[in-house]
Order: sequence, then structure tokens, then C-alpha cells
Amino acid sequence: MSTPYVDRPLSAPMVDASTDAFWAATREGRLTSRRCQHCGKLHWYPRPICPFCQGDTEWETLSGQGSIYSVSVTRRAGPQVYAIAYVTLDEGITVLSNIVDCDLDTVHIGQRVKVVFKPTDDGQMVPMFTPA
Amino acid sequence: MTIKGKACIAGAYEHPTRKAPDKTVAQLHAECARGALQDAGLTLADVDGYFCAGDAPGLGANSMADYLGLTRLRHIDNTDTGGSAYLIHVAHAAQAIAAGKCDVALITLAGRPRTEGASGVGVGQRLVTPSTPDVPWEMPYSPVTVNMYALAAARHMHEFGTTAEQLAWIKVAAAAHAQHNPHAMLRDAVTVQDVLNSPLIADPLHKLDCCVVSDGGGALVVVRPEIARQLKRPVVKVLGGAETIKGQLGGQVDLTWSGAAVTGPAAFAEAGVKPSDIQYASIYDSFTITVLMQLEDLGFCQKGEGGKFVADGNLISGVGKLPFNTDGGGLCNNHPANRGGITKVIEAVRQLRGEAHPKVQVPNCHLALAQGTGGLLGSRHGSATLIMERE
Repeated sequence: MSTPYVDRPLSAPMVDASTDAFWAATREGRLTSRRCQHCGKLHWYPRPICPFCQGDTEWETLSGQGSIYSVSVTRRAGPQVYAIAYVTLDEGITVLSNIVDCDLDTVHIGQRVKVVFKPTDDGQMVPMFTPA
Repeated sequence: MTIKGKACIAGAYEHPTRKAPDKTVAQLHAECARGALQDAGLTLADVDGYFCAGDAPGLGANSMADYLGLTRLRHIDNTDTGGSAYLIHVAHAAQAIAAGKCDVALITLAGRPRTEGASGVGVGQRLVTPSTPDVPWEMPYSPVTVNMYALAAARHMHEFGTTAEQLAWIKVAAAAHAQHNPHAMLRDAVTVQDVLNSPLIADPLHKLDCCVVSDGGGALVVVRPEIARQLKRPVVKVLGGAETIKGQLGGQVDLTWSGAAVTGPAAFAEAGVKPSDIQYASIYDSFTITVLMQLEDLGFCQKGEGGKFVADGNLISGVGKLPFNTDGGGLCNNHPANRGGITKVIEAVRQLRGEAHPKVQVPNCHLALAQGTGGLLGSRHGSATLIMERE
């Protein structure tokens, strides 16, 4: 059995005060999150106030490398089959994403992946992951 | 302050409909409210506390309280954690009664997702408002209800060797019970192989690992013990209750445990009982994996042993050690408004009253548990545990 990856239309992500810089970075091919300037911890999803200690946080560029923590090939929730996954980045945070550009039936927990960027309707770039 | 013994569930009603194209959601709430008050032997004029959640039309309880004709309210609560909210409502009602804030609390739930075409391959509108902070980071990846439970199932299989066959036994047990429920949406017995042969919706969950989408509703009446003892119905006391919310932990995601790992021990401590004392358990069954993880987290078995625990009919009344969801549960009977918490409490009350179907009634059932998980197991969910005793 094989399930080739097929692109599906991505609607424009919401851009507001808390996400603007993130989407600007993805247009430059960079994946970012925010690190606390008080406790030093990185968190996901990015927030201006640290969820661990309430300190102020700042943007930081990440490696885009990680491994799959969990994955579900979703076969009956739309016109295309897609793989939703939690990816644990090498920096230690786990992010919800999609696994793309591969045979979805070969995707598995523990697999090494790297970030790629997929365009939305309006030209924004959404970070996703593909086998490294 | 404890709620142990401070309140009783005096009325319980499950709407018999599973498809209601000719009724409004408000009307279904009203029919459930009437059913539960009649069951208790009380009237609208007795109600001074009202509880509802996001399925209730209007702003909080404002519209429904007025529509139902509740004119004597002195306590209201719109706590919403998705399908588990109604278990929290029972505990909150007990707290309010213990604090003297009300004497007769009414809890209602109703909805028409089957008629309106809402299902587990979509995401509830309430979860996707533009100001919801997690939405910009997750919506591009198409999280839907079923795959946000499937992610937990996949990780459980990876960590503990849980199998699709073991998950299927949960559906087999629910279906064995549903055969005896004339109102159940799905009444046919199924086998493990039937579950495995049903289409994969979101790996590793098959169609038969998923609950039904049904219209309907339910209502409960929680009262001061002195009032319960004057009524004609058996007295079902609240012994313990606990609630929490579990999310993504700032990116330290851990899908191996649910909020029940927090609420289970707290509710058992308040009730002064342990898992092995429980004779009947209503376990929220949005998906088979939901049941398995909650059973582990509540302490009915060790973490990672859930697959072995549910196998070979261990959840079937009269067969296994822990009879569960003897109405057929959300997997077979009913999941009104895509929220199964109230039916979990209702079936526990039936068991404690000795009013479950004779084929599934637990003999001399005097101690029962209800457990809810609302929202999305794989990202953010509200957990609630309730322990009840027949006096």
C-alpha cells in the first residue's frame, strides 16, 4: 500500500499582533518560536508572555530539525489524504504540523524530519515537515 | 469543604430521540428539563439553580433560563469544557448546595448535530474563533476531532504496544450492551474483526472506533439530601468530584496521559473509595482510545496496561470485571450535541437505582463512577470525574 502526498489548498493564516513576525520569518524560510528572557525556556506555540513563568519573551530562529512524536494519516476528513503529526524539534518543543512530500504510509513515530514551507492562497508560507 | 454526601441526583432523563429534524434545540432542552423534573417528582417552581454549557442556545444561561420559565434562580453556572462539562455541573451543583446557594439544581443538554450535519471530521465552531489563541498555529494543519484523538492512540500503541484489536474490544463491549437498549442508534452486536474491517478514518482509528453522531439530549436534577429523602425515587448521593484542564504544556506535549490522571485520584480521595470498589463505570467514549486512556489514568489498571485490561470482554456486564457504558455509550447509543457527559451520569444513576436493562444491570450496584473527557484529547481537553453512591 502506498499513499502519495498530494498538496491541498491552504487558506491564509491569520496574521495579527502575535503572529505577524512569525509569518514574516517563514517568508524568509525561517521557523521561529519565542524564548523567555526571564527563565530562558523556549515554548510553543509562541506567546508574548512565557507560559512557564510569565516573563517577557523574544523571537528566536529554530533549526527546523526534529523527529515525529506522533502521526495520524487522516484518510476521511476531506478531499485529500493528509498526515497530521506532532514533531518534537531538536530544541525540545513539540509542534503540531503536517508531514509532506513523501509516501504517507511510510511515515512513522521516531522518524527524523526537517522543515519545508508550503504556500497558502495568499502567498504566505506555512511550515510543514518532510523526512530528513 | 468537601461535597461528599452534600447533594443527591434526584432526577435523570435521557431524550429518546436520535434524530429530531422537526424540533428546535431549545425545545429539546425543555423536553429534557421536563423529563428530569418529572422523574424527580419536582416542578419548575422548585428549581433555584440552573446549569448549562455551550450547546445551550443564547448567551450563557440567559436565553435558556428565560425560555424554560426558570423565574426563581439564585445560582447559575455556564462552565464549558465540551462534553465533560455536565459532570462538572453536578459537582458544582453539589458545591453550591453545600454552600447554601441553591436547593434544586437543573442541568440540561441538547443538540442536533445529526440533523445539522456536524461530525467528528469537522471541528466545532466554538474552537475556531479568530481570537482563539491556538488557532493560527494549528488550523493550517487541518486538525479535526478524530485525528486529534488518533494522535493519542498512535502514541499509546508506540509506547505501550497497544493494538487495534485491543481498542476494538471497547466497541465490542459497548455494542453488546446496546443490543438491549431500544433507543440506541446502533443495536447490532459487533466483533473485533468488524471493527478492524471498518474503514480507517484517521490512522489508527477505524470508523467503528468512533462514537455516533446523534440528536437528542438529557437533563439531571441535583438536590439537597433532605429534599432527596422526601422524594419517591432511590437516593443517589454525590460522594466525590474533580475537574481539570490539560493542554499542550507550553510545547512539552505528552499524549500518554489525560486529565483523568489528575481528576481520578482527587475524586477517589474525596469519596474515600478506591478503583477496585467501583461496581459500574460510565467512561466517556468519544473514541475507543478515550476509554482506554481514562481507565488507566483513573487507576483501574496500570499505565500502559489498558489494552490488556479491556480485552476479552472485561468491560461487558455479566462477563468482565468492570461493566462500563451499559446503555451502549457514545459508541452505540447516543452522543447528543456531540457531548456525551450527561448520558454518562444518567446511565450511572440508572445502575445505582437498579433501573438499567435487566440484561446489563449490575447486581446490587451501590457505587458507580462517571468520567468525562471533553474537547480534544490530543491538544486541549477538560476532564471530570464523579463518584456516586446509592444510599
